[in-house]
Amino acid sequence: MVSTQQRNKIHPHKFTLWIAIGSIIMMFAGLTSAYIVKSGQAGWHEVKTPMLFWYSTALLLTSSITIQAALRSFKHRSMATFRALLLATLVLGLAFVVIQYKGFLWLWDRGVHFEGSSGAGQFLYIIFGLHALHVLGGLVALVSLFIRQYIGRFRSYNVTPIEIMSTYWHFVDVLWIYLFVFFIWIG
Amino acid sequence: MNNESQSHVQEGAVTHDVHHNGNGHDGHHHHKETFITKYIFSQDHKTIAKQFLITGMIWAIIGALFSVLFRLQLGFPDESFPILETFFGKWAKGGRIAPEFYYALITMHGTILVFFVLTAGLSGTFANLLIPLQVGARDMASPFMNMLSYWFFFLASVVMMSSLFVSTGPASGGWTMYPPLSALGQANLGSRIGTDLWITSMALFVVSSLLGGLNYVATILNMRTKGMSMTRMPLTIWGLFFTAILGILSFPVLLSGFILLLFDRNLGTSFYLSDIYTAGQALPNEGGSPILYQHLFWFLGHPEVYIIILPAMGMVSEIMSVNSRKPIFGYMAMVGSLFAICVLAFLVWAHHMFVSGMNPFMGSVFVLLTLLIAIPSAIKVFNWITTIWRGNIRFTPAMLFSIGFVSLFISGGLTGIWLGNSTIDIHVHDTYFVIAHFHIVMGVSAFFGMFAGVYHWFPKMFGRYLNNTLGYIHFWVTLAGAYLIFWPMHYMGLAGVPRRYLDFSIWKSFNQFNSLNQMISVVTIIVFAVNLMFVFNFFYSMFKGRKLRTQNPWNSASLEWTTPIHPGHGNWAGEIPEVHRWPYDYGKDGRDFIPQTEPIGANESKH
Ligand code: HEM
Ligand SMILES: [Cu+2]
Repeated sequence: MVSTQQRNKIHPHKFTLWIAIGSIIMMFAGLTSAYIVKSGQAGWHEVKTPMLFWYSTALLLTSSITIQAALRSFKHRSMATFRALLLATLVLGLAFVVIQYKGFLWLWDRGVHFEGSSGAGQFLYIIFGLHALHVLGGLVALVSLFIRQYIGRFRSYNVTPIEIMSTYWHFVDVLWIYLFVFFIWIG
Repeated sequence: MNNESQSHVQEGAVTHDVHHNGNGHDGHHHHKETFITKYIFSQDHKTIAKQFLITGMIWAIIGALFSVLFRLQLGFPDESFPILETFFGKWAKGGRIAPEFYYALITMHGTILVFFVLTAGLSGTFANLLIPLQVGARDMASPFMNMLSYWFFFLASVVMMSSLFVSTGPASGGWTMYPPLSALGQANLGSRIGTDLWITSMALFVVSSLLGGLNYVATILNMRTKGMSMTRMPLTIWGLFFTAILGILSFPVLLSGFILLLFDRNLGTSFYLSDIYTAGQALPNEGGSPILYQHLFWFLGHPEVYIIILPAMGMVSEIMSVNSRKPIFGYMAMVGSLFAICVLAFLVWAHHMFVSGMNPFMGSVFVLLTLLIAIPSAIKVFNWITTIWRGNIRFTPAMLFSIGFVSLFISGGLTGIWLGNSTIDIHVHDTYFVIAHFHIVMGVSAFFGMFAGVYHWFPKMFGRYLNNTLGYIHFWVTLAGAYLIFWPMHYMGLAGVPRRYLDFSIWKSFNQFNSLNQMISVVTIIVFAVNLMFVFNFFYSMFKGRKLRTQNPWNSASLEWTTPIHPGHGNWAGEIPEVHRWPYDYGKDGRDFIPQTEPIGANESKH
């Protein structure tokens, strides 16, 4: 739609993603600073971090590797490998979300509920939950990217969408590491 | 209701909007456009701008009407007004506003004007209209996201509008929506479903601003035409650029604050709640802190006031330079001060919380940072005045509104310095002094910036002029009215009259202000009427106004006036022009103005 004759240093969509990442960071910065402020006040309850979150961390880290490899194979035009790696990323991401949910259930069963006095648990549900939502958003994008490999007239070779996808995916990964370390450290 | 009036307006636009033949748009061919893709789900930034503007105008009428109606009661507390019952039904039985409904009205008035009119209506309109036109781009970086941005705003509008009609009434916790009042349904009727709708609507609103803001920044940084270096951009663009950055960095924090509030309201968490008794019964919430909400809110809330004013500052700079036929004074200082304001805006939020029990040492840090904002603000004021100083001034309505803007910004900025000193603020916090401060410095002056923009760029939007005579009446009555309404409120505030009270009649010491209050209410009605006249002028001129015959009616140097009178989607018929100079070459080397597109001459002097 927009004319190509303009001089683009960096693709505008990529650039937009970077700003969006800044915006998402601010949101989690707001929440984690709220956590720090609150944790110093009376009536604060700690929680035990479930083992499950270690597994999900491993999954998400692996998925970062697979999407990077996918990008590489796309650039080398080995499309079959590319698709396989994309699918692998998809599965790993999905598994991550499922395990997060299991982790929530684990906590819930051990009496960490929404109701009543405040504490790390309430923050954990919200912060990890919002992070999982961002992963889900990435999964939706992955699915549509995957589908477009098979149907539609999407045959022209264009690496930009895949680069954007992988950047976002690495971002949710790094964001998760930050949040997880934050909870282990401060919590 | 929104939708109806809007599509109606745009239907009308078909008749005169002669679509420029879409030849030679390199890079894309014209697919057949239907009414729907052209006027409703349009991806053309110019159409989206009009959608934002008209939706914003509808909201402005509603928001202002609310203030007129509650001013009736404030000015004449003993009277009853049947018209109030006509409008509000059970909330104004016997023609008198119910006290709890007064809260709902001021909450809605504030929310509507701050967010829906002066944020979406102002930035949405002018960022969309001007960014591609002034930097030389065919459209936004992502026209689709841009369209989504409008439709999220529209959805937010629908939800907010519907909250006006629920049986327990709309949200009534104030535009700042402080808990615990806003968190507990049992505390207040408006804190029931009305507040959930408010939060939902605001969440949609945040999404809309983020989609818009991302696009504005990406477009400004990536899509400028050849030769348009950052320092050759009009100050309008700089203003809109910093506005977008402020929004991108602060709205997400507000969103996280709202999410926590939503959980406290509906799922029993205790982020903001602790040790609360309602109806003699203790709530289980423990360990929460309402101050946390204030921090999260004002971390957005303060940048928000600059989100509102920076676009107006940018437009006013541009309009003043064009209409005094003089280059803007101190271009780099203008950009630098915008940047300084933008940085400081993130460091002063706690000046809204001096009385929240904060540590006095912290308080004094925030006093210092707050007062620092006076420096860039003063630089801007100085430069505006020197720009028009000995200029060859053309007093168009747009120019008058710009000068009015500067006047109001000075008046309101000065009281900001009072408030920024915590020693004074502790006394006048939550009084009419604060009301006077922010209505003058933000409310009215941002409106003036917006009016200036509408009068100036109306010809670009619709190919016709607004009626000048009506414009002059509009300006003088509104300016005089604004000062008559808000100036006296300073005195009331200094005497201690608190904000957010419906009736002071049993408070004997405040009865000295009775006739003042009446005067304010009467003037409010007059100003409202004159602004309805502006709305009439707007729609009348859209169809019947004097036609534009030249491309560049104001003899302006910037790029938007090099497009055809009715630009098609893609803006320039042929190639996008190349830019060779800054946009403020007025009165240079004996020439009235030199357009940005003209190459630098051999013996041209430097600016
Ligand atoms: C010299 C610059 C300014 C200073 C030092 C300043 C200072 C302050 C302070 C200390 C308050 C808190 C008053 C209180 O609640 O007790 C305040 C309120 C406010 N200011 Fe300013 N201000 C300045 C300029 C502005 C500008 C430019 C805007 C908007 C464009 C603005 C908008 C507001 C608003 C909306 C509020 C009230 C919010 C509320 O409580 O509902 N101020 N200002
Ligand atoms: Cu402030």
